[in-house]
Amino acid sequence: MSELQLKDLYDGFRNPEVIKGFAKLIAEEAKKLPHPINIMEVCGGHTHSIMKFGLPQLLPDNINFIHGPGCPVCIMPKERIDHAYILAELEDTILVTLGDMIKVPGSRGSLQDARAKGADVRFIYSPLDTLKIAEENPEKKIIFFAIGFETTTPMTTALIDIVLKRQIKNIFFHINHVTVPEVMVELIDSRDEHVDSYNNRIDAFLGPSHVSVITGSKIYEKFPKEYNRPVVVAGFEPVDVMEAIFMIVKQFNEGRCELEIEYKRLVTHDGNLKAQALIENYFEKASLFKWRGLGNVPESGYKLRPQFADIDAERIYADILPREEIEDHKLCICGDILRGMAKPDECTIFGTACKPQTPLGSCMVSSEGACAAYYKYGNLLK
Amino acid sequence: MNKQITLAMGNGGEENNELISKVFYKAFKNDILEKSEDAAVIHAGELAFSTDSFTVSPLFFPGGDIGKLAICGTCNDLAMMGAKPKYLTCSVIIEEGFSTRELEKIVRSMKKELESNGAIVVSGDTKVVPRGSVDKIFINTTGIGEIQKKGISSNSISKEDVILVSRDLGRHGATIFAAREGIELSSSLESDCASLTHQVQALIEAGVKITALRDATRGGVSAVLNEWAKQSNICIEVQEDSIPVSAEVYGICEMLGFEAVNLANEGTFVLAIKKEDEQKALNILQTFENSSNAVKIADVSDEYIGKVVLLSSYGTKRFLDTPTGELLPRIC
Repeated sequence: MSELQLKDLYDGFRNPEVIKGFAKLIAEEAKKLPHPINIMEVCGGHTHSIMKFGLPQLLPDNINFIHGPGCPVCIMPKERIDHAYILAELEDTILVTLGDMIKVPGSRGSLQDARAKGADVRFIYSPLDTLKIAEENPEKKIIFFAIGFETTTPMTTALIDIVLKRQIKNIFFHINHVTVPEVMVELIDSRDEHVDSYNNRIDAFLGPSHVSVITGSKIYEKFPKEYNRPVVVAGFEPVDVMEAIFMIVKQFNEGRCELEIEYKRLVTHDGNLKAQALIENYFEKASLFKWRGLGNVPESGYKLRPQFADIDAERIYADILPREEIEDHKLCICGDILRGMAKPDECTIFGTACKPQTPLGSCMVSSEGACAAYYKYGNLLK
Repeated sequence: MNKQITLAMGNGGEENNELISKVFYKAFKNDILEKSEDAAVIHAGELAFSTDSFTVSPLFFPGGDIGKLAICGTCNDLAMMGAKPKYLTCSVIIEEGFSTRELEKIVRSMKKELESNGAIVVSGDTKVVPRGSVDKIFINTTGIGEIQKKGISSNSISKEDVILVSRDLGRHGATIFAAREGIELSSSLESDCASLTHQVQALIEAGVKITALRDATRGGVSAVLNEWAKQSNICIEVQEDSIPVSAEVYGICEMLGFEAVNLANEGTFVLAIKKEDEQKALNILQTFENSSNAVKIADVSDEYIGKVVLLSSYGTKRFLDTPTGELLPRIC
């Protein structure tokens, strides 16, 4: 038997015939839709897949995507990036974080800029790689700038668990983990002085599969019940996304409003209970977390529980970390884009003052942001 | 432009281009330089002239080392202008404390690669600097080659051409990334690091109508295609499922959120060949071990001038952009 390759695992989910088949099914079903529908893909990973595979080109005009706020790099506010920048500049300190976080600018610059000026900033692929850095640099303080949604949160808590159990004294944490359901509520409920209500803009949600592998699908139960919004938890391959859209369209046509799982391969109702217990053990909800582009969202972020103050960089360095709020750029309309009120190319600074190399707003900072995707794949999108 | 030089400015992509044009081209401006070819064509079109500096970590990687890289890199740049590498210079900057044995090992692999190219080192320089001033060893090579076929240029590609690649993409970039510190990946992957002189000579000798050649180093094949689209004022339409990528490279890309077309190669080149010679060129390339899976990947059109378009097998299309930024793994 030949060896199993990664490609074998997803080839079927990128099969051109299956994708075309779903496009045909959706086109047929969409003819019966009572009204055009706006589907928000909450997660930046979905935005990236949708753009990369050009899926809007396969859908009829009465199905529209709203690109949600689910990119942990994009939504990181300048205030917190400034924290990372200040911590990175401390003597005998190594600031460690995940991948593309290091290129997002705060008000002082990005972590890449801090590194160019001499700060020791390192990116890692897995939070547990921090252990090796700490071991090799016993005389230095290692600060892990933790970011991400429910997907990456357990990996941070796994690191915390090891640090405490092994009594490793030189690893500290700056926690910036955020959660999906709270911001979805915010997007449905939010009001604005210019617009009577944002309500009704989002007709249905595409839930990210990797989040639900951890949390289970149960986190979305209230959306069909209390907010009258169907949710389909979907994988990231083009066949997954197309199937999920088909499921949503069918719900509308059949007058149903439910929580469904497309990604049955790994998502269950309850999720990964061990991971959930780890999170519960070390973290509690922060009363407010500021999202770049959206502002403060209640209960949407985690912080370390008070009994772990000894490893909490935010508490240890409270004296030097600024607390003042920094306004988003005045001309930036990311907030409206994230609520489905506007498309990136309607923004006056899109592609001029605001570009992937010099992003001013949240949606331009990472390849998973809506503006960056529009900029990159440009006028071939419908 | 940024006040400080960042790693992104050396990535072979957009920021790199900005740095080159705003600092170096601005100061050194002349007609030969501004052609932006892999090697400068001088001396009434008789000679190709090119330079390259090499820094790689780890110094020894599966499929090669910095020495092999330093010879291949410069010789390949010459070959891409239809030249046969003849004379090279070699400058090394070595960090205090570097192992003499490793240096000898590096030089041995340079010698071997020079022999394979039929070129010799005729001048050199050595500097040793205090610990911490460089990362172990940096090598610069500069080379002169005799042009065997005149008129190869990335400024004259047209709808009469097809675009081929010499082998599967992204091996060097994926190998180095997997081997670097912080990314604990074990794989059987080897860099494609190799000299391309023999393939190019064979194509020229067979009279294949070559319009342009370029080795797809930093920035990968997408950087090459984007430069060509701009330099020749054309649209390049790539058939996505024809792009050759090995299973290992594909796996690493999927895991880290990269695209193989953006990864560096060190022994892979892109060819613009007159349509009627497509099969002839492929037949020749496929006789060589490291271009045995050479294949056509794209056509030229005028649909979106200056752009590269990727066509999927299920009927969607998108732009394939010049890579930007430092290569960083996606978070989730």
